[in-house]
Amino acid sequence: MKKILTSLALVGLVAVGIGSAGTWAIAAEEAHNAAAPTHFPIHEPKEMDWSFTGPFGTYDKAQLQRGLKVYKEVCAACHSMNMVAFRTLSDLGYSDAQIKTLSAEYTIHDGPNDAGDMFDRPGKPSDHFPPPFANDEAAAASNGGAAPPDMSLLAKARGVERGFPQFVFDIFTQYDAGGPDYIHSLLTGYNETPPAGMVIPEGTHYNPYFMSGVSLKMPNPLSDGQVTYDDGAPQTVDQYSRDVSAFLMWAAEPHMEDRKKTGFRVLVFLLLFGALVYLTKRKVWEGVAH
Amino acid sequence: MSATDTQDPNRRDFLYVATGMAAVVGAGAFAWPFIDQMRPDASTLALASVEVDVASLTPGMSLIVKWRGKPVVVRNRTEQEMKDGEAVKLADLKDPIARNANLPADAPATDANRTTPGKEAWMVMVQVCTHLGCIPLGQEGDFGGWFCPCHGSVYDTAGRIRQGPAPENMAVPVFKFISDTKILIG
Amino acid sequence: MSEGHSTYTPKTGLGRWFDARMPLPRLVYDSFVAYPVPRNLNYAWTFGGILSIMLVAQILTGIVLAMHYTADTNLAFGSVEKIMRDVNSGWLLRYMHSNGASFFFVAVYIHIFRGLYYGSYKAPRELLWILGCIIYLLMMATGFMGYVLPWGQMSFWGATVITGFFSAIPLVGDWIQQLLLGGFAVDNPTLNRFFALHYLLPFMIAGVVVLHIWALHVVGQSNPTGIEVKSKTDTVAFTPYATIKDAFGMIVFLFFFAYFVFYLPNYLGHPDNYIVANPLKTPAHIVPEWYFLPFYAILRAITFNVGPINSKLGGVLCMFGAIVMLFLVPWLDTSKVRSAVYRPWYKLFFWLFVADAILLGWLGSQPAEGSYVFMAQMATLFYFAFFLIALPVLGLIETPRRLPNSITEAVLEKNKGGSGHPAGATAAPETKG
Repeated sequence: MKKILTSLALVGLVAVGIGSAGTWAIAAEEAHNAAAPTHFPIHEPKEMDWSFTGPFGTYDKAQLQRGLKVYKEVCAACHSMNMVAFRTLSDLGYSDAQIKTLSAEYTIHDGPNDAGDMFDRPGKPSDHFPPPFANDEAAAASNGGAAPPDMSLLAKARGVERGFPQFVFDIFTQYDAGGPDYIHSLLTGYNETPPAGMVIPEGTHYNPYFMSGVSLKMPNPLSDGQVTYDDGAPQTVDQYSRDVSAFLMWAAEPHMEDRKKTGFRVLVFLLLFGALVYLTKRKVWEGVAH
Repeated sequence: MSATDTQDPNRRDFLYVATGMAAVVGAGAFAWPFIDQMRPDASTLALASVEVDVASLTPGMSLIVKWRGKPVVVRNRTEQEMKDGEAVKLADLKDPIARNANLPADAPATDANRTTPGKEAWMVMVQVCTHLGCIPLGQEGDFGGWFCPCHGSVYDTAGRIRQGPAPENMAVPVFKFISDTKILIG
Repeated sequence: MSEGHSTYTPKTGLGRWFDARMPLPRLVYDSFVAYPVPRNLNYAWTFGGILSIMLVAQILTGIVLAMHYTADTNLAFGSVEKIMRDVNSGWLLRYMHSNGASFFFVAVYIHIFRGLYYGSYKAPRELLWILGCIIYLLMMATGFMGYVLPWGQMSFWGATVITGFFSAIPLVGDWIQQLLLGGFAVDNPTLNRFFALHYLLPFMIAGVVVLHIWALHVVGQSNPTGIEVKSKTDTVAFTPYATIKDAFGMIVFLFFFAYFVFYLPNYLGHPDNYIVANPLKTPAHIVPEWYFLPFYAILRAITFNVGPINSKLGGVLCMFGAIVMLFLVPWLDTSKVRSAVYRPWYKLFFWLFVADAILLGWLGSQPAEGSYVFMAQMATLFYFAFFLIALPVLGLIETPRRLPNSITEAVLEKNKGGSGHPAGATAAPETKG
């Protein structure tokens, strides 16, 4: 067994060697032209400190509430969030009464009624966030041809490839914030000037953190002081971006706290059970050379 | 003496073979509906060919129709675009085959061979990049034709691959003009 | 199932009544209690048991997920999200199922490499090995179809690329592709039939697993020395010796599995699969699940035409050829000695092969451009050279190390000076149970 482990370690080393050589060779091939990059994003996302990462991570409810405010007042103008129901906002620390009031602020298109007509009514906690556009085509038509993506799963649907050897370390550090890191970097990355000679297609906005090109259709959505916070948190683009990224992480993975908590119990159980089985195994095999 | 020995052996063999054959035919016939149901059904086949009204397309305009789940572009090319397409030498092409389903498989990729006789202004083509199946953008890129945003393949005004990783010219589907303003694709 | 006479003696009247009519308890006793296993099996041999529980776990989680899933292109993505958000414990079941597929493959790869290292495929275990290869093929089909069901972008485009392989077949390719898809592109008929087949195949796997175990119990397990069992002192009874050791192996494996399910449930997936499938928008890079990556790298390594075979067909042929190699291993290996423990050169090539497979996997995840293509071509060359050159040639030219006379001798040699007395006999079947 020891020999096998040694061999595995050697294999690992060889793989690391070849891997880094390969990555280096590719990096060298690409390094030539800053004005016409071929691989995106131009800058890796910045890794932030999130309350929800790590084995005991939990959502910061105050942050999620602020993030919801940013979503409602800024993002929701263009981005739908079809999979999230008002009732689940209790995770953010809202009471049933608060959720009722909050959902009633929205108009839900419902029907048909007895006369066969569709009608509008105030939202109920069991409703989902209504979309800003009737359909994807309408969304695309109002936004220069690119429909703003639905935000329900955005934090899990985005993530810049980590590359070798980072993706190996990620297993041990339990890195699970690729989405929020990316969203935060993108939202705070609009202010950089493109390198000389770079062609920015018309109607798009340069952002070196965008993962599929030099620029994107969405203009810089946030500015300092745009959303008023009641809890004294700084009203800066950076803070807005963090809050809305954390909120989107919750929207994409509402059961994360539960998952990590359960996981800890399961691992502790397996550890204890494993120890018992191991001792039993030793006892059974006692005196049998193998 | 058993009963079987009294029979003619040849006749017995024939009977065995015939029975076996009948069993095979029966099993095959029984199996066929199970395979047959996997093939495209009637509603899918109904969409196997589409009719497009192109009366509204003046030169320089295109429209995209969905055909067999893929976008097909119909473009009424401008004079300039046609001239650019005709000016290209075959030797400069990455893929010298026309890839036109209406022509033999080895037809050269001349501008005329990418279109249909008498209607050379009209490009009808599956607007799917032959690299990895992305949807290229029209009237972009260095050759005034199509540009694939995924991996930077550039196609000319006749949809022929000129630069980038794509191996083939974009495919021209089976199509014909059923009237001056109507195209039947498929 | 095993050869030799049964040592099962029913103790109760009911037991005797049952045994005379349908000797099922006898079968279980002979196969999983008294069944003799070599005493020197190491933990690499626990993966057979681990695979069994993974199959059961996948079937169980799969059946309950199917109670909430809807196989319709308009509803599939949303129904999976409903499982993740609203169904009680739905997130747990779904993450267990999706990561379970990955860990199923982790276990099967270790199981296959163990077989390759210790020469477990050599006579008389060729059929056992081939049945294993068939299980592996069925697993790949099941895994592929399962990945399509959530109807995300990678589901759709992965299915488009993989069903596209079939169009490379001359003459009948397009017809076969349409037969698979039920149309001209991946669409609702495709999703429906993939769901039906994804539900069916695991039970076919279970059926072949029964044959696999049957074949195993006829020829008996191989062992790290590769020497056949010669006497009772070479073996111990399956229960309790192998059962408890397997149990420990399973728990260690489950620990790693749980770590991923609870802390990194999306690590092995692709972010794009959280975007609903869109036939008009291709992801920047289409990447299959990690367990297909080595084969994907081989597929893309063929960028050149060979005679009448164009690069597309060539890639598909090489990819399927890479799997066919596994089926041929029992006849490609010419060595008289089974285990790599006694084959210094084979051991070296084996580990190079492992490194090559890992390298191919990594290359499969990278875009097919620049120096990656050349690296993939070299790695593909080595992959085939290992099977077609190293295996036959090494067996002929290599001088193996001295083999012990029996398993017992090997064990005693290893435990020299330790407490190992020839106690195997005390553990022989007749004194247990």
